[in-house]
Amino acid sequence: MASYTPGELMVAVAAREIRDGEVVFVGMRLPILAFCLARSTHAPSAIGVFENGTVRDSPAHEFVVTISDGPNIAGALWCTEMRDVMALLQSGRVDLGFLGGAQVDRFGNLNTGYVGPPGRATRLPGSGGGGDIACLARRHVIIMTHERRRFVERVDYVTSPGFGEGGDWRRRVGLPGGGPAAVITTLGLFRFDPATREMVLASTHLGVTVGQVRAQTGWPLACAPEVTETVAPTPAELAVIRRFDPEGFWTRGRP
Amino acid sequence: MSKVVTLPEAVRRHVPDGAAVVLGTALEALIPFAAVHELIRQDRRDLTLIGPISDIAFDQLVAAGCAGRVVASWVGNVQHGSGYGFRRAIEQGIPRPVEVEDHSNFTIALGLEAAAMGVPYLPTRTLLGSDILARNPRLRTAPCPFTGQPLVLVPALAPDVAILHVQRADPDGNCHAWGAPGVSATAAKASRAVIVVCEELVDPAVIRSDPNRTLVPGFLVSAVVRLPWGAHPSPVQGHYNRDHAVYREYHERSATAESAAAWLREWVLEVGDHAGYLAKLGRARLDGLRPRASRLAAPVDYGF
Repeated sequence: MASYTPGELMVAVAAREIRDGEVVFVGMRLPILAFCLARSTHAPSAIGVFENGTVRDSPAHEFVVTISDGPNIAGALWCTEMRDVMALLQSGRVDLGFLGGAQVDRFGNLNTGYVGPPGRATRLPGSGGGGDIACLARRHVIIMTHERRRFVERVDYVTSPGFGEGGDWRRRVGLPGGGPAAVITTLGLFRFDPATREMVLASTHLGVTVGQVRAQTGWPLACAPEVTETVAPTPAELAVIRRFDPEGFWTRGRP
Repeated sequence: MSKVVTLPEAVRRHVPDGAAVVLGTALEALIPFAAVHELIRQDRRDLTLIGPISDIAFDQLVAAGCAGRVVASWVGNVQHGSGYGFRRAIEQGIPRPVEVEDHSNFTIALGLEAAAMGVPYLPTRTLLGSDILARNPRLRTAPCPFTGQPLVLVPALAPDVAILHVQRADPDGNCHAWGAPGVSATAAKASRAVIVVCEELVDPAVIRSDPNRTLVPGFLVSAVVRLPWGAHPSPVQGHYNRDHAVYREYHERSATAESAAAWLREWVLEVGDHAGYLAKLGRARLDGLRPRASRLAAPVDYGF
């Protein structure tokens, strides 16, 4: 039986969220591997958009540490200004984005700005394109390590809005639709309730119990009527992932 | 008219204390690190640093005490996460306090775009509902006068000087760049002065042979500096790859204020100048970053 790291499992799960032909805003770490895997398997026509202004219809042919590394530029479809990829986002032409964060809350809001109370907070790097993707992509998927200190009732600072306070919050603040469609963590896969918009546990990874997930979640976690087991990556999927990340730079450390 | 000057001269003339400087406009590539280090050597103070994501360049300037204010979307070490210099300045005021104006990539781009276009602001729907919007007093909301929908208004962001690294420029400042430009051209148009640092200084005919590749026309450029490897450790397409080891080492050595100061002393101050920096890196290391193969583009024919 193939064994795999949590990072590899998360990449496989993330890749399944990409539908063929979609325009996907791709960042570094696991999302770029998910894009590579999806394009190599069920989504050969997916288009990758990067915040430096690069648009690709094929993965970089070598390992890259940043989106601006040489292999991600060579062979791209388009290298344009950031303004143009942001225009795609804002005009509703980006189907899917991937985001991560230091904290996430019950309604999928992400914090990459300040952890702790104002005046005494730990300063994190900031939004980058995260706030833009969360507001403007037609949907987005969150990828995070699942720890109690990260999965909080309410984030200290909303960098990238999810469903805010729940319900129709996005519409009320003027956002044009969108919102998180899934959260993929080291423990399981989560969706969002269509009415309340709170996070709902859909599947747990192999060896993980619902109790363990609840213990690492800082609010009374809603669960699907039947919580399934996350489908493991196939040997073929693992082979693709390992081809694009041969040293496990992204998939063997912390996601 | 030749605008070619040395890097120290360009910095001396165009970046005084208190200046608002935009750099790192192409995100992780083409970062004018040599100019960043020259700013530190010339002991610039109270700079406002403007840029979307500039990898460790802003962290170095903040750790060196050059910055009074940061207007950015993301400040850290792309490969490793947090920028410890930035964190110490914000959280503890070490070596001196720094104000922050938080943005997303799009609002930085729009602020520069508004200045470039000569309008007082540009509207967007990004950041609605976020705390970035709620806590940045310069970002306002207003209903659209035509549709009534809520909009975020991003005021023009007009830097005093833009520092851009490009592959080639002529002595008048007309320059070609390739790779992902990020907000480079917009930043040049938004700024009162532009310093272009180039790998190669070329004959004017080279630029004029391919006007579609021009990043900034020379009449917007104040100074040209020819400085091969001026963007090291960031990558320059066609010239050198990213030197990932530098970012790892900086992450480790910037973990404390004392260690960060030692790193700055070793790699910025004691090397003396850019030539000294390259000598310390050594020929073998630089050669190892060269492209393994050329990838020439299909030629374009402007014939008529």
